[in-house]
Amino acid sequence: MSTPGSAARTDATMSPRTDTPPAATAVRRFGRAQRWVHRTTAALTGLCVFTAACLYVPQLAQLVGRRGLVVTVHEWSGLLLPVPVLAGLASRAFRADLGRLNRFGPHDRTWLRAALRRDKRPSSRPAGKFNAGQKLYAAWIAGATLVMLGTGLLMWFTHLTPLVWRTSVTFVHDWLALTLGIVLAGHIGMALADPEARRGMRTGSVRREWAEREHPLWRP
Amino acid sequence: MLRKSDGHPRSLARPGRGCSNEGVNSEQPPQGRDLRNGPSRRNEPGERNGRDGPDGEDGRGRPVGRRILLGTLGLGALGVVTAPTLQRGLESFLAGASDKDPTGLTGLLPNGGGFRYYSVTSSVPRKNAETYRLTVDGLVDRPASYTLAELRSLPQTRTVRDVQCVTGWRVPDTAFEGVRLSRLLDAAGVRPTAGAVRFTCFDGAYSESLTLDQARRADVLVALRMRDEDLGHAHGGPARLYVAPMYFYKSAKWLSGITVTEDVEPGYWEERGYDVDAWVGRSNGRDDEPTD
Repeated sequence: MSTPGSAARTDATMSPRTDTPPAATAVRRFGRAQRWVHRTTAALTGLCVFTAACLYVPQLAQLVGRRGLVVTVHEWSGLLLPVPVLAGLASRAFRADLGRLNRFGPHDRTWLRAALRRDKRPSSRPAGKFNAGQKLYAAWIAGATLVMLGTGLLMWFTHLTPLVWRTSVTFVHDWLALTLGIVLAGHIGMALADPEARRGMRTGSVRREWAEREHPLWRP
Repeated sequence: MLRKSDGHPRSLARPGRGCSNEGVNSEQPPQGRDLRNGPSRRNEPGERNGRDGPDGEDGRGRPVGRRILLGTLGLGALGVVTAPTLQRGLESFLAGASDKDPTGLTGLLPNGGGFRYYSVTSSVPRKNAETYRLTVDGLVDRPASYTLAELRSLPQTRTVRDVQCVTGWRVPDTAFEGVRLSRLLDAAGVRPTAGAVRFTCFDGAYSESLTLDQARRADVLVALRMRDEDLGHAHGGPARLYVAPMYFYKSAKWLSGITVTEDVEPGYWEERGYDVDAWVGRSNGRDDEPTD
């Protein structure tokens, strides 16, 4: 500005440098809190699902046996399942992500419509830090986990309720477990198909190019 | 907004540093591509811009996530309330489906019919016709030890009843065949002071017990066959207890010992909260149909 000529030149030639950073620049996607919440929740979920399978699938039950021990591990891993998320609430970054997951904007409707049409073009899938599918998944899995926890507790402490409830509660627990298994398999399958998304959860950073393609509305 | 997120608002006020790129860019209103790649994007790695980023779309909107969560909880509660109706419908549907299912996968579905394997130990030794023994002792005049062949040579009784597990699954019309327990007790000569029978198993951990009156019922067997086949290892073979009118945990698998005692000693699951008198539909807080 002090030397007008150079200011004009600066504007024309220098700003692209600022605007287009090197393609390989990493963007911060998850802090330590989010990654640890995810890691511990995943570990507990894995334990819960594995012990459930050992209690439920006859072939696995025959292989593993030890029914009393498996029941105890299942009960406690299930009971502890919400703890990582609750502990994560202490982190501002984690709370901010929960806020993002909670809020659905008009672009999420566009994303969902494209998903239903199996339209995979990035241009028809606008997304912020989380796309609409991830938001749906997060909200549903949180609710379903709480239902599993509630029904599980009633199966565990049968004297808490009129005892005739147990059959009903077992019914919900069993069928929701099956549904959860399928949805979790979908979650894991999608992660397996997207190495960069996994890297984001593992290291905390993703390539800028990936972020701009998959989450164009996200402002890291 | 940009100025705030730029992080160096003061530099703008200093004309002497006009060549600073940051200053130049920050003063200009963002346009076109700048929206996506503006300086704020690089300079603010924190989470602060999540809700109020340059275009403000991410993190704004209606709280649909919370509604989905609460809706899922509500559906769960509704499921519990309507479970009896739903369960009846599903059971009849699945019973029909499993008849036409060559894969057997429907057997894995909840309430899909079929037995579930429960063992309280990590592994159960296998016993065959040579190695299997069933002992009868305790308050009896003539303690005995039976081989499988000896048990098979005794008169056999066959019953066809439903099997009801206390965890909810039920297998309709299951044939069991074996020696009446009362026959073994009579052969051993139960003493007058006796009041109960305790059962032990060669898995090394499981135990069960019945009062003497219950043990003498005609529908209590030492079962050697199930579904008209010799009892396999997974189902408690070569011999198991079969207590037809009670929940299936009373029907101890891998039966190896019958001990007549004075009083009822609670078995493995009974020490963990299950009822000793486990009549189907009248115990453990359940209201299943009786198994006849």
